[in-house]
Amino acid sequence: MPNNAQWQFEIQPDGDDGLNIILGGRWCIDASLPTSGVVLEALGDKIRRLRFDVAGLSDWDSGLLTFLDGVLKACAQRNIAADTSGLPPGAQRLLAMALAVPEQKVAGHDQGPQSLLAQVGTSALAFLHDAPQMLRFLGQITQSMLRLFTGRARFRYRDLWLEIEEVGPRALPIVSVISFLVGLILAYLGADQLRLVGAQVFIADLVAIGMVREVGALMTGIIIAGRTGAAFAAQLGTMQVNEEIDAYKTLGIQPIDFLVLPRILALMLMVPLLTLYSGFIGILAGLLISVTIFHIGVFEYYTETLRALEFKHFLVGLSKGTVYGAMIAFAGCLRGMQCGRSAEAVGRAATSAVVTAILLITIAASIMTIVYYQLDI
Amino acid sequence: MAEPSNIPHIEVSDLTIGYGDYVVQRDLSFVVNKGDIFVIMGGNGCGKTTLMRALIGLQRPLQGSVRYSGEDFWGASDEDRQRMKRRLGVLFQSGALWSSLTLADNVALPIAQYTDLTQTRIDEIVSFKLALVGLAGFEDFYPSELSGGMKKRASLARAMALDPDILVIDEPSSGLDPITAKRLDELIVELRDSLGTTVMVVTHELASILSIGNNSVYLDAETHTMIPTGNPQDALKSGDPKVRHFLTRGAA
Repeated sequence: MPNNAQWQFEIQPDGDDGLNIILGGRWCIDASLPTSGVVLEALGDKIRRLRFDVAGLSDWDSGLLTFLDGVLKACAQRNIAADTSGLPPGAQRLLAMALAVPEQKVAGHDQGPQSLLAQVGTSALAFLHDAPQMLRFLGQITQSMLRLFTGRARFRYRDLWLEIEEVGPRALPIVSVISFLVGLILAYLGADQLRLVGAQVFIADLVAIGMVREVGALMTGIIIAGRTGAAFAAQLGTMQVNEEIDAYKTLGIQPIDFLVLPRILALMLMVPLLTLYSGFIGILAGLLISVTIFHIGVFEYYTETLRALEFKHFLVGLSKGTVYGAMIAFAGCLRGMQCGRSAEAVGRAATSAVVTAILLITIAASIMTIVYYQLDI
Repeated sequence: MAEPSNIPHIEVSDLTIGYGDYVVQRDLSFVVNKGDIFVIMGGNGCGKTTLMRALIGLQRPLQGSVRYSGEDFWGASDEDRQRMKRRLGVLFQSGALWSSLTLADNVALPIAQYTDLTQTRIDEIVSFKLALVGLAGFEDFYPSELSGGMKKRASLARAMALDPDILVIDEPSSGLDPITAKRLDELIVELRDSLGTTVMVVTHELASILSIGNNSVYLDAETHTMIPTGNPQDALKSGDPKVRHFLTRGAA
């Protein structure tokens, strides 16, 4: 499409202090037109007047206008009188429209890439800003819980059941698959080590205690963070974009009570149950591997598992599941409520929800493991 | 250039639009001439936006044809249709600016996509288009940082990035204050006068209909077909009673 042969352009001196710009041919956007820089070079110091001659101009569009816009702006800066009366009337009017609203110089609008130091500083400040927000959100949730227990929160139990269905039963397939594979990995890992001391039957202990105490909760937590935490952030974020959350606020309904609380309760109830389920599936996988690959008797494995599993292990697993569930819901809802008003912000909220949830889960897991060890639970 | 002509630019014949079995509008036939500002008007839910989607290639009509400069649009191959779409500039009702791009990138994308211009040239064009809609200096802003009216104007700048032959505008002035709306109307008329752009406006905004349109159709939600209304000013004086009822806000 580009056709360079069709436009003509010439700069002629016009008296001592003037220039005459001759434009001809076809000045359309798809051609490689000259830039206004060419005229700016010719302006020099002496030129005070500029006029245009467009007698030879056959066709024009924004290509011409863009060029002229650049020239006229430069003239305005240098106090050069530009006589636009020679231009086509339509071009004059459009140029006037473009110049009608002066360019906005908006203070504080960051432009361009930052230096490394600035980036580090910005991130640090963002963290300092984020930490109190997290605490405030935690406080709001606590208040909301108190309102719920004193019966003052506007809370729809139907929402809670819907959330429970969404985060619990519907997560069973993926939790099953992952737990089974993790149980299998644990069994192989144990078999390899225990063979050295000829105690392969203790695979059952390893798998049972490992799955019920630690791995079941951790795996479930990570699955639910990716599955549900991200969904919470995206749902609440989209509601933020659509001003739905503002609509609740104007009705005097606390979004925390109405939207966040059911989600947090649903996860706090469902993640421990999923953790138990995950442990059960993991033990099944261990049994399957031990019996088929390592030739341990089914009954032998069964009694060994029963012997190994004490009630406290279930308590540890359940408590971890509950805490992870709370962390996931907290991170998802926090990022959703903080979401900006654009499609991209919703994406960032969902990403950040998963990252925050996994970070919180890992920190909580470490702390709880150490505490339980010290308490000898 | 200027002024409406008698050269048909868009010809719609026997068009039926709808979803599956549900017919929204049937038997639509009208001609938009080059340089027209053609108004498609009608009440809420009458199918204005559905018609627009059929005209710009987003939704295949159930029946009938749309011709651009004589060339069948829906009967053409995907490639030909793509080529025809390139001559269309579309302003969506809610702006539809890409939220992950700055305003400058929003306007530059169609230019970079379809021309070989250098970045400097593209930047110049982008600045000029943004200046035309009164947004000079907002190049580095993201859509989420703008007010509703500014978004609308920015998306007009994007719609006209490539100097399209046909500008299709869905609700140009909804959400704009009267002064900004008038400025936008003036700009639309000026684009037609200066660049010979054919403009199709889908709207129920009375002020715009009456001040800029030189030809129009009214889509009736009850009978599911159109009433040709010609120049909206004439329709206001001596048109179909239903149309006059609409144009006078129920007074006539």
